[in-house]
Amino acid sequence: MSERTGEREVGRSRPRKEDARLVTGQTTWTDNIGVTGLLHLAILRSPMAHARIERVDVTPALERPGVVAAFTGRDFAELASLPCAWPVTEDIVLPGHPAVAVDEVRYAGDPVAVVVARDRYTAADALEAVEVDYEPLPPVLDLEAALANDASLVHADKGTNRCFVWPLATGERYETVRERADVVLRRRYHQQRLIPNAMEPRSVVVTPLATSGEYTVYSATQIPHVLRVMLAMVTGVPEHKLRVVAPDVGGGFGSKLQVYGEEVIALDLARRLGRPVKWTESRSEGYLATHHGRGQIQDIEVAATREGRLLGLKVDLLADMGAYLMLVTPGIPILGAFMYPAIYKMDAYDFTCTGVFTTRTPTDAYRGAGRPEATYAIERIMDELAVEVGLDPVELRRRNWIGHEEFPYTSISGLTYDSGNYEAATDKALALFGYDELRAEQAKRNESGDSVRLGIGVSTYTEMCGLAPSRVLRDLRYAAGGWEAASIRMLPTGKVEVVTGTSPHGQGHETCWSQIAADVLGVPFEDVEVVHGDTRSAPQGMDTYGSRSLVVGGAAVHHAAEKVVDKARKVAAHLLEADERDLEFTDGVFSVKGSPEERRTIQEVAFETFSSHDLPDGMEPTINAEHLLDPENFSYPHGTHLCAVEIDTETGRTSIRSYVCVDDVGKVINPVIVEGQVHGGLAQGIAQALYEEAVYDDEGNLVSGTMADYLVPGAPDLPEFTTDRTETPATSNPLGVKGVGEAGTIASTPAVVNAIVDALRPLGVHDVRMPCSPGRVWEALRSAQSDRSGWEGAERS
Amino acid sequence: MTRISVTVDGTKYEDDVEPRLLLVHYLRDRLGLTGTPVGCDTSNCGACTVDLDGATAKSCSVLAVQADGSEVTTVQGLAVNGEWHPLQKAFHERHALQCGYCTPGMIMAARGLLRENPAPSADDVRHALEGNLCRCTGYQNIVRAVLDAAGATEPSAQEVAP
Repeated sequence: MSERTGEREVGRSRPRKEDARLVTGQTTWTDNIGVTGLLHLAILRSPMAHARIERVDVTPALERPGVVAAFTGRDFAELASLPCAWPVTEDIVLPGHPAVAVDEVRYAGDPVAVVVARDRYTAADALEAVEVDYEPLPPVLDLEAALANDASLVHADKGTNRCFVWPLATGERYETVRERADVVLRRRYHQQRLIPNAMEPRSVVVTPLATSGEYTVYSATQIPHVLRVMLAMVTGVPEHKLRVVAPDVGGGFGSKLQVYGEEVIALDLARRLGRPVKWTESRSEGYLATHHGRGQIQDIEVAATREGRLLGLKVDLLADMGAYLMLVTPGIPILGAFMYPAIYKMDAYDFTCTGVFTTRTPTDAYRGAGRPEATYAIERIMDELAVEVGLDPVELRRRNWIGHEEFPYTSISGLTYDSGNYEAATDKALALFGYDELRAEQAKRNESGDSVRLGIGVSTYTEMCGLAPSRVLRDLRYAAGGWEAASIRMLPTGKVEVVTGTSPHGQGHETCWSQIAADVLGVPFEDVEVVHGDTRSAPQGMDTYGSRSLVVGGAAVHHAAEKVVDKARKVAAHLLEADERDLEFTDGVFSVKGSPEERRTIQEVAFETFSSHDLPDGMEPTINAEHLLDPENFSYPHGTHLCAVEIDTETGRTSIRSYVCVDDVGKVINPVIVEGQVHGGLAQGIAQALYEEAVYDDEGNLVSGTMADYLVPGAPDLPEFTTDRTETPATSNPLGVKGVGEAGTIASTPAVVNAIVDALRPLGVHDVRMPCSPGRVWEALRSAQSDRSGWEGAERS
Repeated sequence: MTRISVTVDGTKYEDDVEPRLLLVHYLRDRLGLTGTPVGCDTSNCGACTVDLDGATAKSCSVLAVQADGSEVTTVQGLAVNGEWHPLQKAFHERHALQCGYCTPGMIMAARGLLRENPAPSADDVRHALEGNLCRCTGYQNIVRAVLDAAGATEPSAQEVAP
């Protein structure tokens, strides 16, 4: 039997267990699944943003050889609406959302017909034969115009495009503190729409077992457990007859935190046809059909003293819902609501979010989900405030942030930040970056009139991770809970299965959960197998999103493992004829204090429990254990990011010269995995700042409709990052971890844009709208030059 | 239907295919070689990159009939007698993959680079991989992995075989 000695697993940069199947091409993506008799679905989508469907005729498609069946929206009348689990207010406007449109299409990409054929080429071809007559309706695209009384309506029967108004006012009255402020700054920022672009397109395969009415749904999803519940509710297939499997999933970033119409249709058609079916989106189809992220207009106002102390913050947000409310669409900007005050102290906070329907692809979670938007706006305006009161932007932040000695600290928005040390992270970042030297170089170059400008951008942040305490979710009107499940099975030969309710899609849970369990149980890392992503083998869970998996799911593994040790201790004490209290447990070995030769390994205990020949009286013959953890608080990673850019003022081209971030994500299970998460987050945040935007034309067509038109950055488009950490343990979980999935994305966008504006401010530019493409930067410079007052022109660009 | 003869990862296949069938769909749907994934429909992402007669090719941009008479190597054909290719090892050791969906194409494209430039700079690596998109890693560890693998010897059947 293998024993463990020495080094602890937690904190080691273990290469991942997941990699072997991935680097060799042996893995199972959903689209790899083929079964005998498999039929392929293709979906005809509206080419118009908004139109009445006058007629749909699928019969010409049915005449094509190889086409098995074809359906219109009316054929799915018995299915319930696609679900929205987060109706954020009592009076929210919640329109029905058919998986296939019936009378009206409301965004370019809204499904209108489904063709089922023997192979994917035949199915795609047959779409051309479906006849549809559309009567165009006016598109609804502008968030402000959509709220006017005479606006065209996305959902005419609802009488308004205003989905909800969600207010939060805390502390003193904002208007009161505004009166005593020396400085009041108001800015408008635009959060462009983004397309998540997980590298694996969505895919779903459903295999029926007709005789027993059972269905297995394989889906490229982040949420197999939630999906199972929702599919049962929407289709009426009893939950116990449904098995949902998320095989290896190729990234999600929130885009696979969803219950999609295609999943519902595939299940329904497998039921109706009695055949296995598959649907896999093409990338361009996914750009229309997979939800988008961001899409907000942020009006933000700060009131401060002339010394730069924040007094109050007011935020008015318009959030683009798109055409329908999907799983958590309305909740995304509400998550952000709590983060605008960020790491700062103030006396008043006034927030209002108005959700607005438009005739565009629905929005929903995208990496960070509300929190990057909030961080962007506050960190941009903090830089503006620094200029206004004549302070260095780091010094301004220092004057306002919560001191390390003030934790736990209840933020103005009501969150209890349990731990943090903003000073330490910032000092470390400044030193790594060479902040003072860069400022000196900048001053020199500005004086010399260098046409390539140097800009330095600062962003601090905190975020709420570890979603979420279920009672808080109740108060926010989210339909589900925020717990996570783990169970540990001690196998007779001493090997271990860790069953988790999290559902990884690149995060490395198999590796990290093995490290956690190995340490508590005192077994070798290699002896642990992590089971996930299949509701039959891992029946309970709330899945993976919102930087929750380690904080809630990993902590649940820790607790479950402790329970195993507790049970094993009873068996060991019995076998050693000792009192439990006299046993020590180290590196997987129970021994009697003072007589180390009197010992049993945990593996031996597992076998003794399996045979059950000699267990304590009345003991169940198992040392397996389960733990469901409902977190008591969120966790609050934080950090300081610094970016230096060089901008060629003649071309508008920005290049990132250096990027330094110091993140405090609490204790770390696997440093190399944490670093990888930060890198990827930075890439996506920088991409928002510089490259990406879902662009619609005036008719509501998605202009950036293919990967050739939407600029996902490649290796030459991104810099080498310098990453480091400080470590202030979270107090709300036994591992001291805070979560790292979204940190990089949250802080990097404002760091980059602050650097760009910092570079151009001497030339009269006070804002550049994202993405800060060479064209946008050049336009901002031109407006500033042609307008002596400068920034107003830039704001309009 | 057109008759083609293709050698993939050392195995010879003869098949009748529709002239419009993409090589990547031939690999995946006809041969069951699903190690080569599809990530886009505009040949931007590079997930489907394979080696076609000694040159890297995006297999979504090649028709199966164009591969008639060719030799194709996919990520599934890189390991020799169970020993991973140096790039496979380096990607693992350097944590150059997260979800892993881009990894087969990334490794095949990097292999093409190292064949032409056995001692690339970090910048060379970034530019050589510009046709391969990754959404998880920010590329930094991919660059490290490729630099690590540079200079390491590819396993060959002769060397490894007993």
